[in-house]
Amino acid sequence: MGDIRLEDMLHVKLVTIDCAHARILSINDEHARALPGVREVVSAAGLPNPMPRFGPVYQDRPVLAVQETRFHGEPVAAVVADTEQAAEEAAALVEVCYEELPAVATIAAALDPSMPLVQDAELRTGPHAGTNLLCEWRFGWGDAEMPAADHVLDNTYTFPMVTHFAIEPHCFLAAPDHDGVIVWSAVQHPFVLQQVIARLLDMPLTKVRVHAPDPGGAFGGKQHAKYEPLLALLAVRLQCPVRLELTLSETFQAVRRTAFQIRLRSGFASDGTLRFQDAECNALVGAYADIAPRVVSKACYFMCGPYLVPTARIHARALLSHTPPATAFRGFGTPQVAWALESQMDEAARRLGIDRLEIRLKNLARAGEQFVPGDKPADGNWPQALRRAAAAIGWERPTAPGRGRGIAVGVKASATTGASYAIVRLHVDGSATVLAATSDMGQGARTVLAQVAAQELGVGVDQIRIVMGDTAIVPFDLQTSASRSVVFMGTAVLEACRDIHAKLQVMACEAFGLPPDSVQITPGMVRVPARKLTFAELLSEAFAGVHGEVIGVGSRRGERVGNHPLGGPPAFYEFSCTACEVEVDPETGEILIVKHISVADVGKALNPAQAHSQDEGAAVMGLGHSLMEHLILDERGRILNLGALDYRVPTTKDMPLEMHSLLVENGDGPGPYGSKGAGEGGLFGVAPAIASAVADATGAVIRELPLTPERIWEAVTQQAAANRTQRLPADT
Amino acid sequence: MTEMTETTVTFTVNGAVRTIKVFPRTTLLDALRWQVGLTGTKKCCAEGECGACTVLLDGRAVNSCLVLAVEVEDAAVVTVEGLATAGHLSSVQDAFLTEGAIQCGFCIPGMVMAAHALLAENSRPSEAEVREGLSGNLCRCAGYQRIVQAVLLAAADGATVER
Repeated sequence: MGDIRLEDMLHVKLVTIDCAHARILSINDEHARALPGVREVVSAAGLPNPMPRFGPVYQDRPVLAVQETRFHGEPVAAVVADTEQAAEEAAALVEVCYEELPAVATIAAALDPSMPLVQDAELRTGPHAGTNLLCEWRFGWGDAEMPAADHVLDNTYTFPMVTHFAIEPHCFLAAPDHDGVIVWSAVQHPFVLQQVIARLLDMPLTKVRVHAPDPGGAFGGKQHAKYEPLLALLAVRLQCPVRLELTLSETFQAVRRTAFQIRLRSGFASDGTLRFQDAECNALVGAYADIAPRVVSKACYFMCGPYLVPTARIHARALLSHTPPATAFRGFGTPQVAWALESQMDEAARRLGIDRLEIRLKNLARAGEQFVPGDKPADGNWPQALRRAAAAIGWERPTAPGRGRGIAVGVKASATTGASYAIVRLHVDGSATVLAATSDMGQGARTVLAQVAAQELGVGVDQIRIVMGDTAIVPFDLQTSASRSVVFMGTAVLEACRDIHAKLQVMACEAFGLPPDSVQITPGMVRVPARKLTFAELLSEAFAGVHGEVIGVGSRRGERVGNHPLGGPPAFYEFSCTACEVEVDPETGEILIVKHISVADVGKALNPAQAHSQDEGAAVMGLGHSLMEHLILDERGRILNLGALDYRVPTTKDMPLEMHSLLVENGDGPGPYGSKGAGEGGLFGVAPAIASAVADATGAVIRELPLTPERIWEAVTQQAAANRTQRLPADT
Repeated sequence: MTEMTETTVTFTVNGAVRTIKVFPRTTLLDALRWQVGLTGTKKCCAEGECGACTVLLDGRAVNSCLVLAVEVEDAAVVTVEGLATAGHLSSVQDAFLTEGAIQCGFCIPGMVMAAHALLAENSRPSEAEVREGLSGNLCRCAGYQRIVQAVLLAAADGATVER
């Protein structure tokens, strides 16, 4: 995206202040405007009143801050200049007079009625409008009261804010296009962005063209609109192309992962059978909702994971705060709930003296069992995946001193509702162009969709061209998220190819004067009595002299289902297991991951190399939030570790000594050839598996992420002291 | 800063002599991307931590975001665009393809340049040495496993490395 430049393009720089929550008293742009090369300085005062707002759940995010800043880095103005340098220099000359206000930066603060409101009450409707509670959900089943249990565990687990850190920072470009606008943005959901821009500019969709180049990593952070609305407004106003490239620090301030604190009360029978789960889930979302409400509701609906629980009560709340908007992040809340749930399963195993693998196998749903009553049943052989992980890590073997093992599972509901359309154009030489709006952000959608088309049309993948990322050309696709593309877009491409088969059949009947049942179409081949033709041969005969092509259309829709809490049941479940062996240095608290096993149930790997690579990538990304990643905020809500110097992500030196990705392929998915979506699962169980391994090695239990050396050292030291105290009476 | 005058710098990029005008504050990264027009070198952190902008400067791997363009007078710079010869990818590039070591690809130019520099210094690195050698290059997609294997494969294939 950052490589795209247009002639006569102007450059935009955002003006920000160094605090999270502040009342904007005045903005003086006189000095900035006086700088040579500066074309425009815009703030809320210069934008339509009321301020245009947008967002996928609530339309609450303003184009620029209105009256107040509500998170560290929220722009109060934007400068447009001939060069990036001039824009940057002018942005520093914009004088913003403001009064800093107390910031809501923690869950406790968000729940404190004496703290300021993050969003004005008039912006919100509903019973919680005068509070920082954005929305809440209650899910559950079984008895109204929690049943009796032999053992009840009551623990609280926290998962902090982390940032996506795609290696390509956000970059946006917009240009006027006659009476419309063209927007370039490396987004996961180009058609959703098109709708946002069209609504804000009051244009029909046909006047808004979104180009979505392949994102340089996205991970959920490039789903929804950020500064594209600002750029589109500026491009139309100035009738000139405008470009904004965020720094990595600014990218950190654009969106981040939803932070969670989960109090889980779990009842178990003495034999390890789950009796109930009672969960209080508080999610700290940002100043504007983005897609976070959906992250919270979807993840918490599956709070009980892949286990059979007779009685469940889940209370989930999304709490507004003066922090960057929380959004989707690979796993969509599943790593957060799995951290709590799987850690609790380990706690139960220790308390009850049951093996950690056994307690999981005992409670795990078998294929066809409804683990959320009334919803889609388990659609895979999950015990098989778990046993493979255990076997690969050598679960039964004794560990060396100082070492421990952990094992954890996770399940994520895939896409529920939404539509994908594909068009396949079979050309006269038998090659084909596939129009599919999936964004290829590194997951390899382009390759897999080409494989599906090649398979169905009986040609090599080199004969297939995939066209993506242009809303003026490709048909509608709701989104590239929830590991949905293989199942949704893959099916749409498959159907489009089969539509071509049907059309070729009609064509062959007409060309050779045959009845339908005497023409048989197989991938790449047309069989008529006494003759076999390739698709290309049929087309050249049928089109003789006139030319043409055959166009197939396919779709896959997930329809809304009545009053389903999520809009509809998931198309499939993404199930994953992580097992690891770690060595803990009690002197420093550092962990060495000796071996890491990741098992993904993918139904059928359409491209095994890519499926393994996705799983490995997810596993290492999971090491990040498990061991080192967290956005550190001061009490004023300012992010202290903005950028790559102070925010650590895994490097080659943090890799496990040995890592293996294993795939379970039972052909039981709803996608082409029995496939399921994949690529997120490798994250789910990483944190609880490592924490479990640390506890196995040292006895120290940690319920707060990340598992930094400091935190481990402290826990191990305290545990050692407790052990000594306990031993004293016996020793003396 | 707008008062600053541009100066001329002459250096070799991928074997061709180039003379460009730059401001004193212009980084080699920005000069390569926008004055020379070689956008294969990528910009991420712009503070020398991520390695996405790695190029070879007189044979040494550098973060081009930390080098000022005016500093490279008479120097030889090799970018990812300069690795292929006569239409053939370098053995490191080939190995990355063979191992499927690429996902989004944004970090890959820097990774490949770092790998070239590593193999130029140590043609038979151990896995630990590869991990050490690439530790300045962040990848957020692929989890490094295949990238490390690709560099080991290139080494095993006897990569001839341009310096």
